Amino acid sequence: MSTAARPYALLAEFDNPATVMHAAEKIRDAGYHRWDVHTPFPIHGLDGAMGLRDSKVGWFTFIGGTSGFTLGMLMIWWMGKVDYAIPVGGKPLFSPIFAVPIAYELTILLGAFGTLFGMFFLNRLPKHYHPVLKHPRFRNVTHDKIYVVIENADPKFSDAETRKLLENVGGQHIEVVED
Amino acid sequence: MAHSAHNVPTFVVAPPPELEREPLVHNQRSFGWISDKIAGIAEGKTPTWWWIALGISVTGMLMMFGMIAYLISTGVGVWGLHQPTAWAWDITNFVFWIGIGHAGTLISAILCLLRQRWRTSINRAAEAMTLFAVVCAGIFPVIHTGRVWYALMPGFLIPFPNANVIWPQFRSPLLWDVFAVSTYGTVSLLFWFTGLIPDLATMRDRATTKLKKFLYGLFAMGWTGSNRHWSNYEKAYLILAGLSTPLVLSVHSIVSFDFAVSQVPGWHTTIFPPYFVAGAIFSGFGMVLTLLIPLRSICKLEDVITTRHIELMCKVILATGSMVGYAYGMEFFIAWYGGNPYELYAFENRAFGPYWWAYWTMITCNVISPHLFWFKWSRTRMWFVFLVSIVVNIGMWFERFVIIVTSLHRDYLPSSWDYFHPTYVDVMTFIGSFGLFCTLFLLFMRFLPIIAIAEVKAVTPQADPHHPLGGAKLGGAH
Repeated sequence: MSTAARPYALLAEFDNPATVMHAAEKIRDAGYHRWDVHTPFPIHGLDGAMGLRDSKVGWFTFIGGTSGFTLGMLMIWWMGKVDYAIPVGGKPLFSPIFAVPIAYELTILLGAFGTLFGMFFLNRLPKHYHPVLKHPRFRNVTHDKIYVVIENADPKFSDAETRKLLENVGGQHIEVVED
Repeated sequence: MAHSAHNVPTFVVAPPPELEREPLVHNQRSFGWISDKIAGIAEGKTPTWWWIALGISVTGMLMMFGMIAYLISTGVGVWGLHQPTAWAWDITNFVFWIGIGHAGTLISAILCLLRQRWRTSINRAAEAMTLFAVVCAGIFPVIHTGRVWYALMPGFLIPFPNANVIWPQFRSPLLWDVFAVSTYGTVSLLFWFTGLIPDLATMRDRATTKLKKFLYGLFAMGWTGSNRHWSNYEKAYLILAGLSTPLVLSVHSIVSFDFAVSQVPGWHTTIFPPYFVAGAIFSGFGMVLTLLIPLRSICKLEDVITTRHIELMCKVILATGSMVGYAYGMEFFIAWYGGNPYELYAFENRAFGPYWWAYWTMITCNVISPHLFWFKWSRTRMWFVFLVSIVVNIGMWFERFVIIVTSLHRDYLPSSWDYFHPTYVDVMTFIGSFGLFCTLFLLFMRFLPIIAIAEVKAVTPQADPHHPLGGAKLGGAH
């Protein structure tokens, strides 16, 4: 690693979900904001321990779904009744009944796109550069280890205090991550 | 990679006996073991059997493409169908393949909403199966139009302002089907990709070559396992499951509208949507078992895809098979009770007419065979389950053949009555579609984790912060 690199964060390793859960509660209560827990799998209850609010992904789904339904209905009405009417057997040129299957499918289609892209937007993904990904030990995050990362940019961060906190809550291999 | 010290305590406090269940991962495997095992299948040396299987599959696939080229260059006359049997193997194969896909979505979406945690070991492979089945299904309605360039040109099926200034016919269920199947394919792909993101990150972090690291990393979107990300991810996954559930139910309902909305005796029945959905799930689970039973023994996955998983799938087959059996009976009852002579004739002709052999093959495979799964003996013998799963697949293909061909071959004018004979082009196109399906599946299992690594880790006891194995202190409070 180059000597010119700036420190980005402190990284602590954990072995099991229960320890990291308590650690997260203590770090939350200590008043940190720019920190994160990196885990190989979602840990039930960790959101609460970190003090995270409920995810807002659902709003993106809602926007996608309603636009899909509206788009489907308007498309079928405009194309079949307004722009180029084809009378067949005296059947109505537009009826919300026969438009349901297509509008329904478009609700789901755009709702799904809204959900996925909403999730990417909220998570600021794709993001192929992240300082923690350069840390050699961090490769185990997708294997079997859990990491707590507290950023230097946090107003409460101090090298000694934060390191001590991480030690107290059971973190092992506390190391500096460089940007 | 850290193969050695997975700090799993060996001392376990047994849960109260009334809460005890067979674990989803046998032998208390650690997180590291799960990644090593599953990622190892895609990372290891390519086995010889894989090359042989790929060779056979690619040959089948090329045979199908050759048959399609012959069909397009010559015309649909190379198939055995003609009036009044205007639909035969083409649409049978379409409904067969699209039905197979439904089990994948059922496992990934409906079982997710029902919090059936056993789905995690099988959902990845089942979703892959869905995607590949939809690919196979999509081919048949396109080629059955004969002049495929019309089906593929924007503006004929997909509303697009082309030179003819005319729009598709939105009152036709065939167009609803276009939207249903394309939405189904797209949403299944999105759902599958969402589930793959954390596992692609695992593959990225384990990659030994620059190219692998780049490619896995590219599709892993820069995943770091951040809990702030997991929080949105889990919500998105749940919502996608919530969207896919009404989707999967609607897709086969709309496929059944292709028949039920028409006036043809034997097709014009209101039972079709639920009956088609149940049949689709039935056939799909058959195919999941056909794929997973050899896979689990070749790849030594018995600890992850346990006998309990296989048993549970057999029970789904039993449940949906019973629904299908009920639907067969109810169709006959309504044909009689409805008092319509044409409808009644269509059904008599189905069971006792010239296609009696197809009908009774269907009944044997779909009504009798699933009931073997009432017995634990038959649910726990892998060879037996495998055989029944193939029987189910055969039966469900015959179901679609029976519905389509027996309803069409005798129309209102006895002078045009007909007996359908497939040509070799029909047969080889259908066999070739299995080649395409298997080619895609073999490529999938060679390059991607065939089991959702992160999800399986999450259902082990050591992932539970309230379980002694997850580090919780003894004595209740964590």
